[in-house]
Amino acid sequence: MRILNPFIAVLALIAVGLVAAQVPGGQALMGIVLPYLAFALFLGGFAYRVMQWAKSPVPFRIPTTCGQANSLPWIKQNKIDCPSTKLGVIARMILEVFLFRSLFRNTKAEMHEGPKLVYGSSKFLWLFALLFHYCFLVIVLRHMRLFIDPVPGFVAALEFGDGFLQIGAPVFYQTDAIFLGAIAFLFLRRVMLSNIRYISLPADYFPLFLIFGIAVTGILMRYVFRADVVAIKQLTHGLTTFAPAIAAGQISPIFFIHVFLVCALLIYFPFSKLMHMAGVFMSPTRNMINNSRMVRHINPWNDPNIKPHSYAGYEDEFREFMKEGGIPVEKE
Amino acid sequence: MAIIKADKLGVSVAKGPSLMTGAVPKNDWWDVPATFKPGNYAYPAKKEIIEYHTQKTFPSHPGLFGQPRDWDPESDDWNLPEGWEKIILNGLKERLDKFRSLKIFMDCCVRCGACADKCHFFLGTGDPKNMPVLRAELLRSVYRNDFTLGGKILGKMAGGRPMTFGVLKEWFMYYYQCTECRRCSVFCPYGIDTAEITMLGRELLHLVGVNINWIMEPAANSNRTGNHMGLQPHTFKDNIVYLCDDIEEITGIRVEPTFNRKGAEVLFITPSADVFAEPGIYTAMGYLLLFHHIGLDYTWSTYASEGGNFGLFTNNEMMKKLNGKMYAEAKRLGVKWILGGECGHMWRVLHQYMDTMNGPADFLQVPTSPITGTRFDNAASTKMVHISEFTADLIKHGKLKLDPKRNDHRIATYHDSCNPARAMGLLEEPRYVLKNVCNNFHEMPENTIRESTFCCGSGTGLNTDEIMELRMRAGLPRANAVKYVREKHEVNMLSCVCAIDRATLTSLNNYWNPDVEVCGVSELVGNALVMEGEKERETGLRFEPLAGMEG
Repeated sequence: MRILNPFIAVLALIAVGLVAAQVPGGQALMGIVLPYLAFALFLGGFAYRVMQWAKSPVPFRIPTTCGQANSLPWIKQNKIDCPSTKLGVIARMILEVFLFRSLFRNTKAEMHEGPKLVYGSSKFLWLFALLFHYCFLVIVLRHMRLFIDPVPGFVAALEFGDGFLQIGAPVFYQTDAIFLGAIAFLFLRRVMLSNIRYISLPADYFPLFLIFGIAVTGILMRYVFRADVVAIKQLTHGLTTFAPAIAAGQISPIFFIHVFLVCALLIYFPFSKLMHMAGVFMSPTRNMINNSRMVRHINPWNDPNIKPHSYAGYEDEFREFMKEGGIPVEKE
Repeated sequence: MAIIKADKLGVSVAKGPSLMTGAVPKNDWWDVPATFKPGNYAYPAKKEIIEYHTQKTFPSHPGLFGQPRDWDPESDDWNLPEGWEKIILNGLKERLDKFRSLKIFMDCCVRCGACADKCHFFLGTGDPKNMPVLRAELLRSVYRNDFTLGGKILGKMAGGRPMTFGVLKEWFMYYYQCTECRRCSVFCPYGIDTAEITMLGRELLHLVGVNINWIMEPAANSNRTGNHMGLQPHTFKDNIVYLCDDIEEITGIRVEPTFNRKGAEVLFITPSADVFAEPGIYTAMGYLLLFHHIGLDYTWSTYASEGGNFGLFTNNEMMKKLNGKMYAEAKRLGVKWILGGECGHMWRVLHQYMDTMNGPADFLQVPTSPITGTRFDNAASTKMVHISEFTADLIKHGKLKLDPKRNDHRIATYHDSCNPARAMGLLEEPRYVLKNVCNNFHEMPENTIRESTFCCGSGTGLNTDEIMELRMRAGLPRANAVKYVREKHEVNMLSCVCAIDRATLTSLNNYWNPDVEVCGVSELVGNALVMEGEKERETGLRFEPLAGMEG
């Protein structure tokens, strides 16, 4: 059920998109109204979530230190995994955000007879997660040609690079294939590894299916159904210039399914675990400097009324014992 | 609690049906109830202990520990207060507003599972809810249900669960099967730290009076007597004097420590277990010898006689309250700075919390070693230095006369304690000290040391006897790494810089690796120190014959 329900949900979205594309006025709704709405919800929701996080203070300085700290001058510090400066934290965050540094550490533990534990290297999750995210990024950037006129140089360069194998017409993009492969890996991993299957929720499968649906409809549109690019471009340019118009009947329904799924993803995004995209920047165990003994960190809700059991109270209780034991006291 | 023999438990761990051995539970995790039976839970706090905390420790904060009462985890009625669900949800709301970490960690997990096999509790028990991701889901499901739009609308479909007695039971079970070691947070792509989840989970449990005695009683002792053992001032002093007697017998040197002395340059604070229980007392003898060797102007305190902080295992209020004694005493005695002994979670509190909670320590000076002149700028604000930092600096400057041959009967390895490793970054200092005081040192495998170190399995107040099997399971990854170096390098001494470790690793090794002993790094320093005017040493600090001196 955890897998089937989200799968059905995505199929239902596809069906809605397909039907809506063919009812009168549906194309305008799906091609113009919905994209604006979805984009607004995405931006608004995203900002709202980040502001909600930011509203809560970080009361304590709690970096997870993953290397030698700044200590005596002759002890070599690990300046990135245990940063004592802002620069170190920036380097740590860059490695985390762009190269998934922590995931790269992944190991796999196996229990053998004995009992004996063995830890093997396990980089596949890191590799496919990296491929998935970078392909997604490249694909989104490639789509900018539909929204920006003239097409920015880096988008053209990206397209050229992505299609450098020069297979087929229109030219086949490697990222499309790698993207599908990476999604398939992430899905199969969830299904086949028993502990990952056990922890997975519908909220883990749904975005996978949804993104897979977006990728497949996109690929079908480009290579199989050959949707009318000129008409599509007219529409997308219209969206970015706030003068949207749809050439009636020229655009294939597959396009509207694609757009509908993308809109669903945009709307779903701020309310879901996909917000890890923003959260990774704000995680206190990663983005804080390990300098808590050097610089006092302030907790805005620190309660000054919590005081230790006083020495005076302690001495009052134990004074006679202390005197007998030759321990100095304040009051004789 | 009687426990089955190690070989039997070994078979059970490796072959018994568990998620670690490939057996997948038939039911979804939210349909598997937590069932308490003797041996799988630590005893609840005694009623009078909670009465003490509500009346004496926190009269200012009614409700912080619920209502004092007797209750039995095995019963279906925990005598919870009226409307306890509301108390929990309000408590959760308050903490979401106070801790950004909690909000982010509730929202960002993608359940990638990278943390799953990083937890020593999961590796040793194979219980799915000991995967850090599920431990967090126990709380996250309630959070989703009541604090997120998706959960409010879709409920169970969005992975939400209402707060029920069944959920509370799970929290009590699994937030006391986590030692806040932070190993999972090293591997998490978003740095989600289960220690944070467990700490806040325990805070919430306290609000409805769900707690364990092994934490609450030491916390009460710490508050009243200054140390978790409940040693009164004269007893505390007497214990150290006994250690001085032993030192005299072994070395011929009489060391004369002082107590509560005003005007000393340095206040020394270490976990009270070091002055009371084996093998910590040998570590304390190491400190005493070291300070005598260099002529340090220092004092012990009977009022601030506990380095450890059971508040860290309770809630942030208790942590602050117990920690407050250190600065209060440093101020009263007029010392210049504070030196801290070997302890794991103590150093998490000192490094990451103390200055924030109880600072600024503007009445102290930036710690400067009176022997070497080194200024410890890394402690410029908190003004507290770790004994390994202090000792490493002394050795580097050639201020210690050492004879490492006196540790030739030891083949040592080093266990990085969780908190100094992952909440401080203290990795090289103790190793530098070790390599200078003993000739035989071998590292355990790299996946089990430094930032990847495995917990002893009994931290955060879980080293109580009634859950011995759980502890031996949770400690298995550490014990296994020790076994590896024992077989490969004939290691016979597991050194560490943590008082809880010294107690718990001793039980762990007795169980899994009976011929490996446990010591503090400072014990080996004490063995190696050549004291001025000493007699020829025939034994180490535990009266064990030195190499070449046997029989």
